[in-house]
Amino acid sequence: MRSDGPDLPVSWAGEVTVCPDGPLLVRGPVRLLTIDGVEVEQGRNVLALCRCGRSRLKPLCDGSHRASRFRDPADGDEMAHVLRHATLPRSSGTAE
Amino acid sequence: MSLDHEQTALWRHRLGHDEPVALPRARGPVTAALLDTLVMPASDGPLDPDLDWSGPMAEAAVDDDLQLALWLSYELHYRGLAGVDDDWEWHPDLQRIRRQWESHFLDSLRHHTAGLSSEPAGPLEPELGRRVAQRLRALADTDHGPSVSGRLMKTATAEQFAEFLIHRSLYHLKEADPHTWSIPRLSGAVKAAMITVQLDEYGLGDRAAMHAQLFRNLLDDWSLDSRYGHFLDVVPGVTLLSSNLISLFGLQRRWRGALVGHLALFEMTSSTPNGRYARGHRRLGGGDAAARFFDEHVVADAVHEQIAAHELAAGLARTEPPLADDIEFGARCSVYADLAFGRHLLGAWDAGRSSLREPALVR
Repeated sequence: MRSDGPDLPVSWAGEVTVCPDGPLLVRGPVRLLTIDGVEVEQGRNVLALCRCGRSRLKPLCDGSHRASRFRDPADGDEMAHVLRHATLPRSSGTAE
Repeated sequence: MSLDHEQTALWRHRLGHDEPVALPRARGPVTAALLDTLVMPASDGPLDPDLDWSGPMAEAAVDDDLQLALWLSYELHYRGLAGVDDDWEWHPDLQRIRRQWESHFLDSLRHHTAGLSSEPAGPLEPELGRRVAQRLRALADTDHGPSVSGRLMKTATAEQFAEFLIHRSLYHLKEADPHTWSIPRLSGAVKAAMITVQLDEYGLGDRAAMHAQLFRNLLDDWSLDSRYGHFLDVVPGVTLLSSNLISLFGLQRRWRGALVGHLALFEMTSSTPNGRYARGHRRLGGGDAAARFFDEHVVADAVHEQIAAHELAAGLARTEPPLADDIEFGARCSVYADLAFGRHLLGAWDAGRSSLREPALVR
């Protein structure tokens, strides 16, 4: 018996995946804009956007995060806490 | 040439068409027997008993005779072989012989990959999918000493860079095809992840953006013959190993885990080396348009390594836990093939030799 519940796959409506120790993966019909609101033309299927700051090809990731030893576990629960409370979870090991 | 032939030739040029590969020279008793067999119509049988390989197990992975035999047999599934009956592709006797070759190949791969460690620095992830991704990362991050990419970036001569392109042409002119075999064997989100990666490899359907086309442009820039399979005769067994590995895993459902692990490791060790190849290419006077192959791989593989590790490999391990070991095996094989290739190239160049079988055949 079928039901239209949350089990059905959801189409890309524009989503960002936070990669552990790595970039942001952006999928779906998002527009890339400059700070002045000008659209940056691009036809890529999936974008990996630099998060570590070391890419020579910003905003794209070029793999530099590995050499830079960028560390962020991108844990779902911790991110949810930050987004909700704008503070670090108490159990987080990150020093201030 | 008749008008029909002229017209066909024109279409082939306009639409881009890879001709079947010209039969190479034999490299030993197995390929000698195989080549004699393949030029006959496929309905004749039984096959020559000299077709099984009997070298030392440890050498199977790089043996010229065996690796060429495998490559020829696999190529029947790709663009075909010139003058060879298409019906050989699924001929039961040829399939049976190939199974024996693959058994030697696999024994050799297991032997050579046993010593490659995938132990991560920190504590093991408790969840299987994350643990598989963690082990792949540990494998990808292992430092194996001087690299081909470092050499090509800094000090390789133009001749050596050209040799590198010649070796790589065997795979890159059919880039992504060997991994494509896995698609019908996958499903759901894991299938979607594979397709996401492959879409980029095939230029999202834009022929000019296909990675194989970018490699063709690169060969043209270096005045190297860019026809599919052209350099088969001059590349050694260790080069054919790289292609054969992916065909071995890709063509069998039983090895879908290894195929996924291989692809993940391949993507995870691609971005940085391609950045170095690009610099070497430019240092040696290579053109910007041709550099597109390397430049594009830096960026595309930065995406692919994330998808391949966290969605393909982790996803397959989660949906099919018994495949976790195979995923890791495939990844180790990718590392081994790369290492063996690198050792061969750097060894030859350090000794002042060509890394090809016959340098005189180049250009």
